[in-house]
Amino acid sequence: MTPHCRYVLRLADTNLVLAQRLGEWVGHAPALEEDLGIANVSLDLLGQARLLLAHAGELEGRGRDEDTLAYLREESEYLNLTLVEQPNGDFGDTIARQFLFDAWQLELNGKLAQSKDEKLAAIAVKGIRETAYHLRYSGGWLIRLGDGTDESHRRVEESLARLWPFTNELFDGDEVDQSIAKAGIGPAPETLRAGWLRQVDEVLAEATLARPAPAQFGWYGKQGRHGEHLGYLLAEMQSLHRAHPGATW
Amino acid sequence: MNAERAVAAELTPELLTRIRGVLAQVADPEIPVLSVLDLGVIRHLLRRPDGQIEVGVAPTYSGCPATPAIKADVLRALTGAGFDAVAVDVLSPPWTTDWISPEGRRKLEAFGIAPPAEAGAGKRRLWEADPTVSCPRCGSKQTAKQSEFGSTPCKALYKCQSCLEPFDYFKCI
Repeated sequence: MTPHCRYVLRLADTNLVLAQRLGEWVGHAPALEEDLGIANVSLDLLGQARLLLAHAGELEGRGRDEDTLAYLREESEYLNLTLVEQPNGDFGDTIARQFLFDAWQLELNGKLAQSKDEKLAAIAVKGIRETAYHLRYSGGWLIRLGDGTDESHRRVEESLARLWPFTNELFDGDEVDQSIAKAGIGPAPETLRAGWLRQVDEVLAEATLARPAPAQFGWYGKQGRHGEHLGYLLAEMQSLHRAHPGATW
Repeated sequence: MNAERAVAAELTPELLTRIRGVLAQVADPEIPVLSVLDLGVIRHLLRRPDGQIEVGVAPTYSGCPATPAIKADVLRALTGAGFDAVAVDVLSPPWTTDWISPEGRRKLEAFGIAPPAEAGAGKRRLWEADPTVSCPRCGSKQTAKQSEFGSTPCKALYKCQSCLEPFDYFKCI
C-alpha cells in the first residue's frame, strides 16, 4: 500500500470509528436534543468516511470497495487515531473527545483544501462547514459543562485530563506523514498544532477549564497498534456483514 | 449555477426545457414541497458522446441518507420520460444552502420550515451569534433555538416565543 493510500485510509478509519462510537449513544443520550445532535454528527462523519474509504479503495487499485474496507479488515489493519476509539464514557467524556477532535479536523480540512489530490481536497472542503457546525456543538457543550455546576466542572476536567495524552498522536508525524507532506497531498501533522491549540485554549478559557499538562507518551493507532477498545467496536460493527456477506438492506 | 450554464449549451434549449420539466416534478424525499431544482442540487445537464444524458448531482450533507434516494429518483423520472440518463456525483464545489432557489425558500416557509438565513456559505461563522430566524407560522422574530440538530441533517429545532409553536429551521451551511 502506498503512503498516499495509507494516509487516506487513516483519515477514513478515524471518521468511521468515531461515527460508530457516536452511534452507540442513539437512544441513550441525556435528552432528545442531544440524541439527535450526536446522531447527526455521527451521520456526517459516516458520510465523510464513506467518501474517503471509496477513494482509498481506488488508490489501492485492488478492487476493494468501501464495504470491503469497512467490514472485512482486522483490528491491526485499522489505521484510526487512538483518540476516537476511546469509549464514550459519560456525556462529558464524549463531548471532550468530540471537541478535541472537531478542532483538529477543522484545522486539517482547511489545509487539505490545498491538497494536490483533487478528490481528497474536494472531500475536505465539503467537510469544512459540517465540521464547523460540529465544533460549535461540542465547544458549546464544553463551555456549559466547564462553566456549569461544581460537579460538571470537576467531571469534564477529568475527562479532558484522561483524553489529553491521546492528542499527541494528532501532531506526531511518521514516515507516512512525511511522505504525503513532501508530495503536497496533506499537511505535516505538527503544522496543525498551533491553530488547534489556539482554538482549544479559547474555548477552555471560556469554559473556565485549564489546559491539561502535556503527556510524554505517544499512541500509534494510525500505525495499526491499538488499545483494547477497538476490537470490541469492530466486532459489533462488522458482525452482520461477516455473518451475511453481501447482504443488502 | 455556472457549471450548469456552461455545459447546458450542449443540449438544445428544447431538450433542456423538457428535462428541467421532468426534474421539476422530482421531490426531495424528506421535504416533498421542494423539487431537486429548488434545492439546487442539479449541477449540470449534458449529453455524453454516446447520447446519454448526464445529470450532475451535488450531495447535500455528507451523511444525508436522502442523497442516494435523490439520485435514484432523478434517474427513475428521466427514464420514465424516455431519456437514457446517468447521474454522477459532483462534490466540488460543495453544495450550500445558498443554492436553494428563491422559489424554494418560499415553498419551505409555506411548508412550516424557516428557510436558511441568507449569505451563509463559505464563512466560518463559528462563534458568532445565531441569525435571527422568523417563525414560519406567525412571522414573529422572537424565536429561540432549542437544538443545533433536528429530525434530519439539514434542520435545527426552534421555538417561537410569540405563538409558542416549535418549528424546524433549515440550517445554513
